[in-house]
Amino acid sequence: MRLVAGFISGLVFGLGLIISGMSNPAKVLNFLDVFGTWDPSLAFVMGGASLTAFLGYRWAWKRPAPIYGDKFDVPTNNKIDGKLLTGAAIFGLGWGIGGFCPGPAWTAQPMLAPGALVFMPAMLIGLWLGQGGAKPLMQPKGA
Amino acid sequence: MELDTATAYTPWASLFGGILIGLSSVMVMVLLGKIAGISGITKGLIAAVVPQAGGPKDQGWRIAFICGLLGAPLVYAVFAGQLPQQTVSDNLLGMMVAGLLVGLGTAIGSGCTSGHGVSGLARLSKRSLAAVLTFVAAAALAVFVLRHVI
Repeated sequence: MRLVAGFISGLVFGLGLIISGMSNPAKVLNFLDVFGTWDPSLAFVMGGASLTAFLGYRWAWKRPAPIYGDKFDVPTNNKIDGKLLTGAAIFGLGWGIGGFCPGPAWTAQPMLAPGALVFMPAMLIGLWLGQGGAKPLMQPKGA
Repeated sequence: MELDTATAYTPWASLFGGILIGLSSVMVMVLLGKIAGISGITKGLIAAVVPQAGGPKDQGWRIAFICGLLGAPLVYAVFAGQLPQQTVSDNLLGMMVAGLLVGLGTAIGSGCTSGHGVSGLARLSKRSLAAVLTFVAAAALAVFVLRHVI
């Protein structure tokens, strides 16, 4: 059932990205182009999404546990540190260059735009590197 | 990069789409007890394919979620009669650099627009607010430089 729940949630999320325009790099970049062809629409996306989630989480957390799980797995780290801010800045840079963040990068794949198709493997490599994936490769042999 | 196509102001469609995104996040929380952060979910896919890379252990629902994301444009097409509209840069090197930065940044920063921007703000997390302000500012700066300076 966790698989079904995951799939349907992903479908709803993807439809939300598409209907809101978040899956269209042109719309995202225009939102960020404050001094140019500014399109404020995306403010409504994050606003509508976070408000819905705010209300929904409060409702969800009244239960003792999730329906198909043992417990609610919510992050406890509250520190605003260099790692958070550096990561966010690097992510923002990439988002402003390509107009894609991870979700829209996935929903874009079936449309087969070359720019989207090369973005994805690069993003996967970036995620792998960012998690320290290259560390085992850099260890001297026999260490 | 250079995608100077003005797009229409669509407050209602964007609001409705945003509500769907929020709804999905609530579904993931109440059904699975997890944060619907796409960079984190993608890490699950990587962990399933490259076990030595580390990452979340609970991978099944994450892979199913990504399948849902991939299926969304096709479901949309059934109702709308056409695939979703999008304009993607054909500067392939630029898109590869962008992808690398997005992957690197979301891994180091522990989240993206969904994890921090939707779920984090919904949890009233100051950490997520700091992240959101930072990545929006960085993105706006990148767009400004690429469209109006260079």
